[in-house]
Amino acid sequence: MLRRTLLASAALGLSLMAAGTAMAQDKVKACFVYVGPINDGGWTQAHHIAVLKTQEHFGDKVEVMWQENVPEGADSERVMTQMALGGCNIIFTTSFGYMDPTNAVAAKFPDVKFEHATGYKREHPNVTTYNARFYEGRAVNGTIAGMMTKSNKIGYIASFPIPEVIQGINSSYLHAKKMNPAVEMVVVWAFTWNDPAKEADAAQALIDQGVDVIFQHTDTTAPLALAAKTPGVIGFGQARDMEEYKPSPRVSSIIDNWEAYYIKRVQAVMDGTWESQDSWDGLAAGAVGIGEITGVPDDVKAAAEKVRDDIIAGTYHPFTGPINKQDGSVWLADGQVATDGDFAGMNFYVEGITGDIPQ
Amino acid sequence: MGDINLSVLIASLMVASVPILLAALGEMVTERAGVLNLGVEGMMIMGAICGFIVAVGTGSPLLGFVAGAAGGAGISLLFAVLTLVFLANQVATGLALTLFGLGLSALMGQGYTGIKPPATAEIDFGALSEIPFLGRVLFSHDWVVYFSLFMVVAIWWFITRTRAGLVLRAVGESAEAAHALGYKVARIRLGAIAFGGAMAGMGGAYISLIRVPQWTDGITAGAGWIALAIVVFASWRPVRVLIGAYLFGGITVLQLNLQAAGSSIPVEYLSMAPYLVTIAVLVAISAGRGRNTDAPAALGQNFHSVR
Repeated sequence: MLRRTLLASAALGLSLMAAGTAMAQDKVKACFVYVGPINDGGWTQAHHIAVLKTQEHFGDKVEVMWQENVPEGADSERVMTQMALGGCNIIFTTSFGYMDPTNAVAAKFPDVKFEHATGYKREHPNVTTYNARFYEGRAVNGTIAGMMTKSNKIGYIASFPIPEVIQGINSSYLHAKKMNPAVEMVVVWAFTWNDPAKEADAAQALIDQGVDVIFQHTDTTAPLALAAKTPGVIGFGQARDMEEYKPSPRVSSIIDNWEAYYIKRVQAVMDGTWESQDSWDGLAAGAVGIGEITGVPDDVKAAAEKVRDDIIAGTYHPFTGPINKQDGSVWLADGQVATDGDFAGMNFYVEGITGDIPQ
Repeated sequence: MGDINLSVLIASLMVASVPILLAALGEMVTERAGVLNLGVEGMMIMGAICGFIVAVGTGSPLLGFVAGAAGGAGISLLFAVLTLVFLANQVATGLALTLFGLGLSALMGQGYTGIKPPATAEIDFGALSEIPFLGRVLFSHDWVVYFSLFMVVAIWWFITRTRAGLVLRAVGESAEAAHALGYKVARIRLGAIAFGGAMAGMGGAYISLIRVPQWTDGITAGAGWIALAIVVFASWRPVRVLIGAYLFGGITVLQLNLQAAGSSIPVEYLSMAPYLVTIAVLVAISAGRGRNTDAPAALGQNFHSVR
């Protein structure tokens, strides 16, 4: 009898503790899983800058921890488990390939909050997904590309065939074509986020094929470093301003600003108000920024800034019909605007882009 | 493939292959002396950062390559001390060397991201580079490309045509026998390890100074492992190492170009092609004669002379 009472009170104690974690906390440990090194010059560095600012914002109230170079897949699951066991209250996993591992680990640690960047699976109440509307930035860069290309060939170094990347390819192409109907989009799949030599090789292959404007959806500055060797070739900063390649080959950039989001979410854990959600902000909310436009004629700059300002003002949506799919079927009728559902599952090129998306 | 300019493709593949070629040649010499150093990746990345730091500091890419070689050789001496003096397991030590090199290079590289290294000019061959096709293929490169080709010939000549090369091979085939003949096994292996380190370091420096050119943590991204594999599949012969490196580099460049040229071959097949084709071709040319005797007989075995 005594033993049963003991067990019951222990269970009660445990449930009280569990309830306690759901309430407001004085000190939060926020942990971050990175796919690349914190000085990759792009994606991971942009996250890390935001993390350091988050730490600065909260001071002693928040402890941050991060791990770099975590491969997508089983390794990441181990890292997340370690973090959860190590007392992290909220874990941000910052690459698409962490999607299933994040959900798997979240199932085992219901009291820990998980935030997965760029994914779409929220299988448990303690999983949130967050992303930014990079395609809005691509619309601005695409406008520049269409006006600047002399060979009428623009290239895209794509990482993996996931909706976010395909949104970027379609948005870049649509806006380049709007400025220059003769423009042709050349896509190279690198199947990596972070491999400077391969990214440089991909940029070289594009240049060899006559491309003179290079978009990248990989994480390092290698494509710009390579483009700098060939006069007349331009590119764009990705994830971070990449201002070291100003004024050219980097003529503008898409800047990821995660800071506001991280502060908001860590605050929510602190206040006990954290809830699972899907966050997807863009230019208007400042989650995506456009880097200073340099090294291009004034009219190009003005046209690009107009696209940016119209998107911010809400008077223009980058995917406004009529837009057909690659096979010629109608995707968006005249005046129709793409919905978030359309974006989440985007797995097709728009009309005019040649080639197949790897499955 | 109609859209792909063959001369441009060959010129690109020669550049893309240099890091793997240099590292694989160095590792081949090391393994010919009976030492299996799995730390190629670590030595390459040390060469990449040492070369980068010195090239940025002095403004001289040439000094950068010297420093890259020194950095690779320097870290390889760690391996040499552990395996030759303390007789540590070569496989474990080599793996540790890679991890150590990746970490140390990241530490040394703090503050070097976002910096552009001094450019290495392509050698000016004047009228020769105007020759159609051959001019672009043969006479449009920086000096390291020619150096790597020179090293193929030099190492081939050294291993197969010189007495010192024979001694090196003897050490790799049977350290006991070489020792009995009075050759200093440890000293010869030390030289081979340092040479392998220097070549890997130069290969790494080529990535950070010319091919990319910038510093990022982990910039070698597995090139060292490819070099190791090529040595095995090339059955420890210099010319086959060249073939292997050019095949791998060539198909990597070709598959990207095919994608860019709008090839109808599915991207998945193109992406795996460099690995598959390189292995298939090297296995094919190495198959048949003397397959089992290709590897140096004493490869991976430590030797300690009992005095």
